[in-house]
Amino acid sequence: MITKRIIPCLDVKDGRVVKGKNFQGLQDVSSPVELAGYYSSCGADELVFYDITASAEGRSLFTDILRQTAARVFIPLTVGGGIRSLADFERVLGCGADKVSVNSGAIRDPELIGRAARLYGSQCVVLSADVKRVGGGFHVFARGGRDDTGMEAIEWIRSCVGRGAGEVVVNSIDTDGVKAGFDIELLRLVCGAVDVPVIASGGAGCAQDFVQLFRQVPGVDAGLAASIFHYGTLTIPDLKRELRANGMLVR
Amino acid sequence: MVAIIDYGVGNLFSLHASFQAVGQPSVVTSDPAAIAAASHVILPGVGAFADAAAKLRASGLDEVVRGEIKKGKPVMGICLGMQLLFEKSYEFGEHAGLSLLQGAVVPMAGTIPEGLKIPHIGWNALHLLDEANPIFRYTTHDECVYFVHSFYAAGCDDSCIATAEYGREITAAVNRDNLFGCQFHPEKSGAAGLSILRAFCEIKG
Repeated sequence: MITKRIIPCLDVKDGRVVKGKNFQGLQDVSSPVELAGYYSSCGADELVFYDITASAEGRSLFTDILRQTAARVFIPLTVGGGIRSLADFERVLGCGADKVSVNSGAIRDPELIGRAARLYGSQCVVLSADVKRVGGGFHVFARGGRDDTGMEAIEWIRSCVGRGAGEVVVNSIDTDGVKAGFDIELLRLVCGAVDVPVIASGGAGCAQDFVQLFRQVPGVDAGLAASIFHYGTLTIPDLKRELRANGMLVR
Repeated sequence: MVAIIDYGVGNLFSLHASFQAVGQPSVVTSDPAAIAAASHVILPGVGAFADAAAKLRASGLDEVVRGEIKKGKPVMGICLGMQLLFEKSYEFGEHAGLSLLQGAVVPMAGTIPEGLKIPHIGWNALHLLDEANPIFRYTTHDECVYFVHSFYAAGCDDSCIATAEYGREITAAVNRDNLFGCQFHPEKSGAAGLSILRAFCEIKG
């Protein structure tokens, strides 16, 4: 059977990883290429590169870095951030990305998902949704979680999967940064609504949070986190040991 | 030199880079002369079967592949490239493959238990049926590799050399004489995948 995936997420700005601490044997922790190589050698199952650059120069630096990473790291690479058109898909896929994640770009133009899925296949198109509780329901937020779109989240996710998104990353704004565990309630709702792989994001503070995630929401395929890996709070080999000790299938 | 056949489907960047990583020069090409000059040939592929089969035939590269196999050169199909080696596929209709291997490509939907997600995406363990096969020279039983597919090759018992369990045993790798195929992506399967590519390159034609 397929294993549960552990996915570190690297935020890249102007060609550098935004957060990070010093890892043993790693000379430049803010080099995305080095950090990606490090995670891959530690057993990360996939990597997400999130481009938070605003400038055109930064964007071309990002694609250079992507190309260098894909030439050295042989696990699936997902790229997100600033994906607004098929030209953006083409740009990152040509540099070695395997999947492209769309967030605000899909809110602005929901047909982008369908067009990309027809051209590159659903396995290539990942919906990333930033979700927050509003008045007893869940809303989708745009622009890095700043703007409430007013759209009901589960309905939005379902409609994007219907258009051809082959995977869904669910970022809970409520649990993000709190380090008290993933948003189990939200993830259960999403897993009940769609039949494509679901990746949980937001809230991981320790290995037990991943154990609880996969135990309480068996439909979740992967756990994504950034700071706990970057700051060395939790290493991927330790996390996988803990998951294995709890009877979970990991690579 | 490994020739990675470019017939207009999919992204060959990672495949090319993964041969560099195992110290094997490779070239992405649609030129029959370059393919003939290579020691090993890769038939890649992602996307829909019918579209890929049509493009391969329209380019005339299907005959080039047949010719190289007849010469005894090691040839490996990857993912959809492996599926093309079979007699036919039932992906959105019925489409003829290259008929280089016995068997047909069938949908997972309806043939695996309900509740399992389709596509089969992620890392799954290889069950080696032929541990002595040269492409598994550096591979151990239950090593995980990366899969992304919704259809699989069935009825190919004598060529199947490895499976992966996803509600049922799914064909993961095939071999007959000098012809090989992987349903998974060795270029995305970390060290385990690179080992398989290295072992393939060491096979003498």
